[in-house]
Amino acid sequence: MSPPQRERRPRETGDPERLYVLTGGPDGTERAPLDLVTMVVARTEPTPTVQPEQAAILRLCRAPLSVAEISAYLSLPFSVVTALLTDLLATELVESRAPIVRAALPDRSLLEAVMHGLQKL
Amino acid sequence: MDFRNSETITGPRREDVLPTTATAAVKVVIVGGFGVGKTTMVGSVSEIRPLTTEETMTQAGVGVDDNLEGKTATTVAMDFGRISISDELILYLFGTPGQERFWFLWNGLFEGALGAVVLIDTRRLEVSFDVIGRLEERGVPFVVAVNTFPDAPRHPVEALRTALDLPPEVPIVDCDARGRASCRDVLLTLMRYLHSLSL
Ligand SMILES: Nc1nc2c(ncn2[C@@H]2O[C@H](COP(=O)(O)OP(=O)(O)OP(=O)(O)O)[C@@H](O)[C@H]2O)c(=O)[nH]1
Ligand SMILES: [Mg+2]
Repeated sequence: MSPPQRERRPRETGDPERLYVLTGGPDGTERAPLDLVTMVVARTEPTPTVQPEQAAILRLCRAPLSVAEISAYLSLPFSVVTALLTDLLATELVESRAPIVRAALPDRSLLEAVMHGLQKL
Repeated sequence: MDFRNSETITGPRREDVLPTTATAAVKVVIVGGFGVGKTTMVGSVSEIRPLTTEETMTQAGVGVDDNLEGKTATTVAMDFGRISISDELILYLFGTPGQERFWFLWNGLFEGALGAVVLIDTRRLEVSFDVIGRLEERGVPFVVAVNTFPDAPRHPVEALRTALDLPPEVPIVDCDARGRASCRDVLLTLMRYLHSLSL
């Protein structure tokens, strides 16, 4: 029996995904461009002035943690976490490092490092 | 969760705490139709117990009643795992939700990914057709991993390539999503393929 055949989809013109809006984040506020794997590290222990959720982030991020992990450990939606982090970044209570992203020309030494690490698994 | 008592929030287990040097992250996405083994694959290679990030959304406007009670909130979950490549570099693996119309919920889920693994189940090849089209549209390089369920039909690689309408350079490999070594080999295949694209 031969497998079913994939048909190429016509390119979508509209943007049907935008039928949905995020429930979590505050409206109209400027958001830091945080990726799921932006790494976050606290610069201080929780201060008395921060919200409880932000204090929880500061405790979690004594060691580096990705935004995705923060969302998982706090059981908060990604958009809520990015909103909380935007405040913490603005007040310099945490620092962040953007992920290394795919470039037009793949970074060969990066890929070699990943291969080397995987081979040790 | 009661954040007023946030001392009690459980973070990573002691052995899962990253060193302070671990600040460079890369990600790979594992995609495929419903039930092809994405979560299983993430769990097989992750060094941490797989975690889940959620997003909630509300069906918006367009013909929908504007009063808040009429809106239904939906939660979409995505599981992910982690592999420490070195003291500095961490690889994150995301098992994307089967319903690909929700991918947009996570900012940059695909944009910055080094690449993707498309998992397929040859009993239901068609459930992975749509994700392949979406990756092509987004220009995300990918390899195809055939999750070898015991009762699944075996097709020669070239028959699969034709059925999936893939160019000759895209690797198609067999895997067992439950096996750590097998999943690691799929990731290595992806990295070698990405490396070849840079030549
Ligand atoms: N025999 C066999 N079973 C598998 C394999 N991989 C996954 N399964 C089983 O297939 C079922 C679906 O696997 P999941 O990993 O949950 O699939 P998924 O793609 O994450 O599914 P959704 O998130 O619901 O789309 C589970 O019952 C797995 O135990 C495999 O390689 N061999
Ligand atoms: Mg799953």
